Amino acid sequence: MVQRGTIDLWVGVFAVIGLGALLFLALKVANLTSIGSGVQSYVVYADFDNIGGLKVRAPVKAAGVLVGRVESIALDTKTMRARATLALNSEYRFSKDVSAQILTAGLLGEQYIGLLDGGDEVQLAAGDKIDITSSALVLEDLVGKFMLSFAEKPTNSTE
Amino acid sequence: MCLLGGYMYNETDYKPFIELKNVSFSYGTKPILQDISLSIPQGKLVAIMGGSGCGKTTLLRLLSGQVKPQSGSVWVDGCEVNRLSDRDLLALRRRLGMLFQFGALFTDLNVFENVAFPLREHTQLPEAMIRDLVLMKLQAVGLRGTANLMPSQLSGGMSRRVALARAIALDPALMLYDEPFTGLDPIALGTIAVLIRRLNDALKTTAVMVTHDVHVSLNILDYVYFIAEGRIVAQGTPHEVRVSTDPFVRQFVQGEADGPVRLHYPAADYAAELGLKQ
Amino acid sequence: MPDLLYPLRRVGHLVVEGVWRFGFAMRFLFLLLINSLQTLQRLPLLIREIYFAGVLSLLIIVVSGTFVGMVLALQGYTTLNSFGSTEALGTLVALSLLRELGPVLAALLFASRSGSAMTAEIGLMKATEQLDAMAVMGVNPIARVLAPRFWAGVVSMPLLAAVFNVCGIVGGYFVGVVMIGLDGGAYWSQMQSNVDLHYDVVNGVIKSVIFGVAVTLIAVFEGVNAVPTAAGVSGATTRTVVTSALVILALDFMLTAFMF
Repeated sequence: MVQRGTIDLWVGVFAVIGLGALLFLALKVANLTSIGSGVQSYVVYADFDNIGGLKVRAPVKAAGVLVGRVESIALDTKTMRARATLALNSEYRFSKDVSAQILTAGLLGEQYIGLLDGGDEVQLAAGDKIDITSSALVLEDLVGKFMLSFAEKPTNSTE
Repeated sequence: MCLLGGYMYNETDYKPFIELKNVSFSYGTKPILQDISLSIPQGKLVAIMGGSGCGKTTLLRLLSGQVKPQSGSVWVDGCEVNRLSDRDLLALRRRLGMLFQFGALFTDLNVFENVAFPLREHTQLPEAMIRDLVLMKLQAVGLRGTANLMPSQLSGGMSRRVALARAIALDPALMLYDEPFTGLDPIALGTIAVLIRRLNDALKTTAVMVTHDVHVSLNILDYVYFIAEGRIVAQGTPHEVRVSTDPFVRQFVQGEADGPVRLHYPAADYAAELGLKQ
Repeated sequence: MPDLLYPLRRVGHLVVEGVWRFGFAMRFLFLLLINSLQTLQRLPLLIREIYFAGVLSLLIIVVSGTFVGMVLALQGYTTLNSFGSTEALGTLVALSLLRELGPVLAALLFASRSGSAMTAEIGLMKATEQLDAMAVMGVNPIARVLAPRFWAGVVSMPLLAAVFNVCGIVGGYFVGVVMIGLDGGAYWSQMQSNVDLHYDVVNGVIKSVIFGVAVTLIAVFEGVNAVPTAAGVSGATTRTVVTSALVILALDFMLTAFMF
């Protein structure tokens, strides 16, 4: 039989190793301070006509730098627009007239939200709504428009 | 009377410690015990004998409340065991010691801790007193020297004796022995038999023993019941058993191969099965 | 005609038996939980079982975790290299481990190392009437023997999975950075910017807790319901490992569908 004291010691070692491992995963691997962990972020809203393929947890970038993530996406039944909730890193502050745009990484990459800072003196605060938004480019719409303009052109030329 | 309250036993001038009234028990549709009635006075050492698989062990399980009879009632010390609540049953079991067929020592605890187990679980005694009590019980079975050994280091007879020390740790009012002599060499067997008798005399406990070892047990018993096919077929004091003319008892005591208990399992006619007879 | 129907009848039998066993296991889980209060008050019992379930599994977890991480890095490097994005190696190793491989492999190892030992031990205790002896002494075997083992498994599993993950990530670092010569800074920073605490780490821990409950429940349940013979106990031990493996993989699929 293993002695009681030895068992206690080993279980203590095990607990320290296990908790240490969890701590390592939280701090070194997941980087506890990064955005999305909910510790140091503030929430703003943005309404879009069409969010295209935007997903929850998609990145929010300003000048290509990751500044936050999309926390949730819902349909506002009154306006029939999509409302995206963005969690932004508290380190980064934007002016009140910041604009949000849904962009695509590369030709076929995942969609993300790009923020373009405005010139207002007043800062964007938690719970505010971003007023200036532009929707995702939906490929079908784009092709449709292109075809339409193509079809209209001949009639224009005859006039 | 029942110390736990509840079902009072109607006292008469004759006061049995254990009483079974018309008890029947079956596993599924297979009857094990049928209409058993017996009573055991306080302080006696009584054996239930019978061949293998005749329901002897089930009888012990009825007494300890591990199984409940389909009909009839089981009374121990004025309590009707089959109608006790779980809590009262636990309380009753604290006054009951049971020696299992192969000791059933806890293999992950050493000898000392095995004997200390019931004390630690049921009492708040200080460590020094537990130590003294355990050593006393071990001394009673002659194995104080093995306190620090593990059960796997003991011989069969020794582990049976440690189990006995554990069973008497709380000074039980009722001892149940399940085949205490099985698989022991003659010396160990004699030791256990003497210990059982001596403990009964010293602690004034009532004891029920299930066994099929006639010769050793007849020397230490007060009374014997014989069970065959789920029924009591004979009973008596050891002397009555030795001189009995009952064919079943004679076959059992003498160990004859054929008698009321047939050697052959029921089968079709031998000659017919071999195709020798039309 | 009977021959044609036989496979169908066999399937029916398996389904009925499976549902029946599941119901019994759930009832057993309920019994375990209502008898757990006593266990949690008696810490030494729990610590003892954590030693057997957790500490003794540590070595196999460390070794397997390291090798799995090394293999992941090696294979991942070959694939990522052909797309010219080897800096994503850290992300690849960490995400595979945290989300899937860590919880699942640690649980499989735990089932075959500790789960089978638990079943065998409890089965033998049953076969040698130790559980009966306890009950006759007025001690509830569920509270004294089964619940401590159950909780030890539930506590140990997430810790073992975390150790597995860390070893894997370090193993991946060893192969990717030390052996192949990738940039160490990129390995960590890419990992950190793509691994989310809540989404990846916490979900992985939740997974391993659920696996811990499932594996130890199966192990204890099989032990207690083992036929009390040598063949019965060995059969129960085998069943613990097989059932655990299937349940872990099925649960993993369901949890992944819910979480990610």
